[in-house]
Amino acid sequence: MAHFLFFLLAIICIASVLGMIISKDQAYNALFLIVAFVCMGGLFGLLEAPFIAAVQIIIYAGAIMILFIFVVMMINLKKGVGQEKKKWTIYFAVVIAAVLVVELVLTVKGALEPASSAALEKLGSPTDLGRLLFTKYLYPFEITSILIIAALVGAIVLVKKRDNE
Amino acid sequence: MIPVNYFLILSIILFVLGTIAFFVKRDLITQFMSIEIMFNAANLAFLAFAKSAGSLDGQIIVFFVITVAAAEAVVGLAIILLIFQKKKTIKSEDIKLMKG
Amino acid sequence: MTDYFWLIPLIPALSTLILVLFGQKLPKKYVSFQACFAIFASFAISVISFIGLLQTSHEHLPIIKNLFSWIHAGSFHADLALQLDPLSSIMTLVVTGVGFLIHVYSVGYMADDEGYTRYFTYLNLFTFAMLILVMGSNLVVMFVGWEGVGLCSYLLIGFWFDKHSAANAGKKAFIVNRIGDAAFLLGIFFIFINIGSGEFSVINAAIGGGAITHSLATLIAILLFVGAIGKSAQIPLYIWLPDAMEGPTPVSALIHAATMVTAGVYMVARMNVLFTFSGSANSIVAIIGAVTAVFAATMALTQNDIKRVLAYSTISQIGYMFIGCGVGAYAAGMFHLYTHAFFKSLLFLAAGSVMHALSGELNMQKMGGLRKYLPFTYPTFLIGAIAIAGIPFLSGFFSKDAILTSAYANGQYFVWALGIFGAVLTAFYMFRLIFLTFFGNERLEPEAKKHLHESPPAMTIPLVLLAFFSIVAGYVGLPVVAGKNLNFFGRFLEPVIQQAHEVHLSLGTEWMLILISVAVAVTGIFIAWVFYIKNPKIPHNFVAKFPGLYKLLYNKYYVDEIYNTLFVNSTIKGSEIAYDHFDLKVIDGIVNGSAKTTNFLGKVLSYFQTGFIKDYALIFLLGAILLIGYLLF
Repeated sequence: MAHFLFFLLAIICIASVLGMIISKDQAYNALFLIVAFVCMGGLFGLLEAPFIAAVQIIIYAGAIMILFIFVVMMINLKKGVGQEKKKWTIYFAVVIAAVLVVELVLTVKGALEPASSAALEKLGSPTDLGRLLFTKYLYPFEITSILIIAALVGAIVLVKKRDNE
Repeated sequence: MIPVNYFLILSIILFVLGTIAFFVKRDLITQFMSIEIMFNAANLAFLAFAKSAGSLDGQIIVFFVITVAAAEAVVGLAIILLIFQKKKTIKSEDIKLMKG
Repeated sequence: MTDYFWLIPLIPALSTLILVLFGQKLPKKYVSFQACFAIFASFAISVISFIGLLQTSHEHLPIIKNLFSWIHAGSFHADLALQLDPLSSIMTLVVTGVGFLIHVYSVGYMADDEGYTRYFTYLNLFTFAMLILVMGSNLVVMFVGWEGVGLCSYLLIGFWFDKHSAANAGKKAFIVNRIGDAAFLLGIFFIFINIGSGEFSVINAAIGGGAITHSLATLIAILLFVGAIGKSAQIPLYIWLPDAMEGPTPVSALIHAATMVTAGVYMVARMNVLFTFSGSANSIVAIIGAVTAVFAATMALTQNDIKRVLAYSTISQIGYMFIGCGVGAYAAGMFHLYTHAFFKSLLFLAAGSVMHALSGELNMQKMGGLRKYLPFTYPTFLIGAIAIAGIPFLSGFFSKDAILTSAYANGQYFVWALGIFGAVLTAFYMFRLIFLTFFGNERLEPEAKKHLHESPPAMTIPLVLLAFFSIVAGYVGLPVVAGKNLNFFGRFLEPVIQQAHEVHLSLGTEWMLILISVAVAVTGIFIAWVFYIKNPKIPHNFVAKFPGLYKLLYNKYYVDEIYNTLFVNSTIKGSEIAYDHFDLKVIDGIVNGSAKTTNFLGKVLSYFQTGFIKDYALIFLLGAILLIGYLLF
């Protein structure tokens, strides 16, 4: 059962990313991405991380992609921007990608042995995560909140209409 | 249970696909989206390792990554909007003020 | 009383420092006052130390004061240490005493010169360097002083540096000196290698203890002597001294008569243990001294420039000093150094006075009959001339006689004969100078005659004082004929000069030698009188009869031209080639090349900055791939 779910989600994810690559329209790209993120959420759930899966769907697929769609709508291009014209860049990118794949596979080779799965039922419960957040990772937690405020203020300042324009 | 290496392979594939997308596309928004794909691939790898090591730290990291990615997406999109306002284009090859 | 002898060089040093830092802002009167006072203070301390030295017993000599520990590099030690012993005491008295009189003279002589402050700064600096030279207790300190006086000589010869001839003369002096200094340095190196220290007391003890062989001692002695040849203007490195007359006359008096050029003699006397140990080196010193004495005297016969005559005379007289040292009579050589300082500086200063009176005229053919107009300069000049000729009862007689007697007594008859011949020539050319300048018909330029005046007291008082000393200074070293043990000078120097063997001549021989010296001196004067007073046509006829000989002498044996062709031109050519091919092409090439390379690299790298995000991202990726690859393998 889990295997089937995994393969399903994986295939849908990869397919939607490929669709994003192939499609020329920004709006379609955004939608494809939303599908991909939802699948990722599912995959996170399969990895015994329910809280993270929820966060992924709410934040990523929900908030971030909404932002993207807003921007796409605001930009409102009449016709999409096409693919890369120069062919050699595509080939070059594929070659680089292949090299990258090989390298990364080699990197994680050591970790690819089947590991033992200990008592992982309650691995990603919110209770445990919360406890960890507020004790061991308190500082990053607080600083991240400041970061968010900074980003918020920054974004507003950036796109505010200037008075003298 | 699903072996961890499946997730790792998937993460690698997604990351490489994101890289290809970045180089193949010409408009800024899609390039930005491809970066988000790369983030997610990394998150997947983190969670896979967290499960195999049996510790929760990996999940905390993913939590923070998602948060920071959100903040960065906000600011990045604001910049893209500004660029569009100024230059009326979102083609990345039209932005070359930093040449030389 | 000898406790403060180490202040002797430091007071002029302090004065120099003050003048260097603030000289341009100080009034001229103060500058000269400070400069002269510094030397006078040094002189006073020298006198006090000398008196204290007389009361010190011989076991406590030399008195050494270690100012500070200077070089300690492995086994090489050299400290800045000064020593007080009879030899250095005599030298300090001469340097500071004569130096003081010359400083006072310069106040009058250089009064109208623009570089007044600069002049006194250099003069004080020179005194400091010279005092370091004579008071050093090891070879390294002496070498520091040696180089210092060479530098000051260059600065002062080329004092009027906008005159080409003066600048060239300064260069020539420095370069020729350098050749001697290279050999000197080699000698010092050898001493350090074989004996391990440069301290004179250590060297003397080591030689006495047999630390080096005779041949090694000869080698070292010859190397050191080559340094002395350069500094003291002997054959073959004398060529700089006549050109050095381009400098102001007081400079010629101080540096090129009384003090710097005698540094070589001092050095030989200081190293007398080494020179005596190596017998052959002594002979070389004596031969070179004797040949130079005669050679230079012949060149002085025909010169028309007053200062040139005196310059060649100096070279000749230093030759006599080396004769004294070479035959083992170091005390006699030092005695001549001491008396020569007085009468030679007197002669130079008086010549300067004549120049001053005639508004800068130097050519003797344009002088004559001046004795009526110069009541102070003429008598003092005459006294100096009589002293140098070796007429009895003046100082020059005692010292020259001491040297010649020692030469004869040690069996060096050839050297003695050359010395006698030189004495004739000395008397002749000195009195030729006197007669041409002060006697006979007036051949003055009308302009000069209009402004003819005696010099101011600042210039004439030192002349009088020096004349006085030229007369009485000899009485501290009376010869044996006057009575046994009246040679105070020689006995004073005993702790320093190792007495090899006393050779005694019979009283009759001594008297005979004295009579011969006097006779040749008088002969020379007589011949000069005949040539220039009695029958002034004789020189003209002489020249007409021996035109070749005259030309040879007048052109100084063409030595300068020979040196130019042999050495100077090829060196200049070589350096030009080096400049064109190495300096311009290689060194500039490297420097410019590195600039061009950096430029080129910059241009190449700027191709990577296209401004496109994708290209930058590509580079990121490539870097990341390389990094992962590196970490993997």
